[in-house]
Amino acid sequence: MDANTFLIQVLNGIQYGLLLFLVASGLTLILGIMGIINLAHGTFYMVGAYLAFSLSQYFGSLWLAMAGGVVIAVAIGLALEWLLISRLYHRDHLYQVLLTYGLILIFEELRSVVFGDDVHGVAVPEALRASIPLTETLSYPVYRLWMSAVCLALAAGMYLLIQKTRLGMTIRAGSANREMVQSLGININLLYRLVFALGVALAAFAGMIAAPVASVFPGMGNQVLIVCFVVVVIGGIGSVKGAMLAAILIGLVDTFGSVLTFRIGGVQLLPELSGMMIYLLMAAVLLARPEGLFGRRG
Amino acid sequence: MSKNQAFDRRAFLKTAAAVAGVASLPNFAFAQGAKIRIGMMLPYTGTYAQLGVAITNGFKLAVAESGGKLGGREIEYFTVDDESDPSKATDNANKLVTRDKVDVLIGTVHSGVEMGIVKVVRESGTLHINPNAGAGAATGALCAPNIFRTSFTNWQPAYPMGKVLADRGIKKVVTLTWKYGAGEEAIEGFKEGFTKAGGTVVKELYLPFPSVEFQPLLTEIASIKPDAVFVFFAGGGGIKLIKDWKAAGLKGKIGLFGSGFLTDGILEALGDEAEGIETTLHYGDGIETPKNKTFRLNYAKTYKLQPDVYAVQGYDAGLLLAAGLKAVKGDMSKKKELYAAMENVKIDSPRGAWTMSKAHNPIQDIYLRKVVGKENKVTGVAHKALSDPARGCKMG
Repeated sequence: MDANTFLIQVLNGIQYGLLLFLVASGLTLILGIMGIINLAHGTFYMVGAYLAFSLSQYFGSLWLAMAGGVVIAVAIGLALEWLLISRLYHRDHLYQVLLTYGLILIFEELRSVVFGDDVHGVAVPEALRASIPLTETLSYPVYRLWMSAVCLALAAGMYLLIQKTRLGMTIRAGSANREMVQSLGININLLYRLVFALGVALAAFAGMIAAPVASVFPGMGNQVLIVCFVVVVIGGIGSVKGAMLAAILIGLVDTFGSVLTFRIGGVQLLPELSGMMIYLLMAAVLLARPEGLFGRRG
Repeated sequence: MSKNQAFDRRAFLKTAAAVAGVASLPNFAFAQGAKIRIGMMLPYTGTYAQLGVAITNGFKLAVAESGGKLGGREIEYFTVDDESDPSKATDNANKLVTRDKVDVLIGTVHSGVEMGIVKVVRESGTLHINPNAGAGAATGALCAPNIFRTSFTNWQPAYPMGKVLADRGIKKVVTLTWKYGAGEEAIEGFKEGFTKAGGTVVKELYLPFPSVEFQPLLTEIASIKPDAVFVFFAGGGGIKLIKDWKAAGLKGKIGLFGSGFLTDGILEALGDEAEGIETTLHYGDGIETPKNKTFRLNYAKTYKLQPDVYAVQGYDAGLLLAAGLKAVKGDMSKKKELYAAMENVKIDSPRGAWTMSKAHNPIQDIYLRKVVGKENKVTGVAHKALSDPARGCKMG
């Protein structure tokens, strides 16, 4: 592989990783701050993609669709938290798994009833349709670069929110000791509601911006969910920093795994086993550091 | 007892004889009047849903053209959505064979699902007509007297492209497909034809089904700079690849060729991204035979859609079953005669006339097509009367 190709593959890996980060960040926030295992996270990603598909047809523009979609996603997040999730804070993780798994099934059926079961495409917006020539044969789609920029901007925004604002401080305190924060007079219930809605909105937004490159199809949420959990496990539960590092790592491993050829003895390991690479990575990290790269010990 | 109620022995004997006579009528008289139970196991959801619908439409059109009856009998349909999921394949096939007790099982699209069906019908002996899934084994190592195919093997449409490219002076090719049965067999077919004609496949690229993250592989292709790229994708995956190929700037720089499924049924969803792509398949647009013209007209009139290769395959499945049942006059218990009739059939298909190979796969012409506008225009015949080698089949 020559230097040029290597760099472009690195770009591919990082771009894929940034998108993974965007989806997984919501999951790690909800898990780390609220202690809720949200299996329906991949479903919210799918909801975002389908919202992008239907609203862009309704509005005629993907931008308006995204704006509308985020509003709808936040509303869904607030409603779900208020109705269902808030009743599970003091319960065992198993109840959360059961409830959120039920949500997956419900949303899949709703999706089937409302949107049908076909595979759909979402058009890339006019303004981002160009490609930048990188080598004499290969060009890079501007849309993917834009996606990466958006992910980075949101990552920065999240960092600022959680580390540098009063609200972020309260959220961090609430995750350490919920009762104490409540006895200090802060409305922890409203806070948790906002965090959950933020998590849902992040997942849905990721689905919306990924829709033009990934297609919109039934079951897309389940594939993404598994990778999200791998990101969260490798990065450490509750750590946004860890999620970023893990996501980039996974993006690179997945990308290079699918194009490198590697054999031991007579056995062709890559690219035949490329589908397994990220799970092997997760196993390796867990063996070396069980709490993840940036997870809290104990 | 009064005389009126006296037991009339003669009347009783007459009635008893009549009842006995009716009861002893041969059973097939009931069966003859009974409807033929046809099981349709196809994907009606997911990435191949469009194909399932097209095949069903084609099949039902053939039945309608035969007067709505096959072999003089009416039809009852039993439908199962197999979701193109191989893990549910045997369960779904058993639903039709064991629960619904179908006489014929028509299906399916996905080769992995087809293997589940083959397993079930080899045990149950149910007549099975495959209107798409190209898994070589179904008419290869696992061929059986009761299994017929009206479509192709994955090897068949890909093999002729090898010689076509070699004849144009193309020496180095990279292949790309999903890592599943159909993809691997198609690439094998192309490789066989291409290397036989003097070319070299420098790299074989795969991605897991149904992932459509092509970016790293397109980058890899650009760095290898082959003379051409041969792919196997279908449905939504094909649309995505063609769009990504153009977005990566490879259109016009490296030739993109494929098994015909790359461009079949998806040209509506594409703009000019697919313009000029050449593929090989056993069907195409612009086959000017009267049969094809009539078929296309009737299909469009009935379903308000344009037919594609999948519709033709479904249609031919209907023609095949009709021919078989006509020969045995609807009596499906006459298995030997039924299978013999279906083996010796000559199908007057919209794709051109074809016959059945000993392994029960079509022996057919493979056309070379080019995307012009929204059509796959036939530009020539890449291989006449090509038969799949049916490696491992012990029949005939």
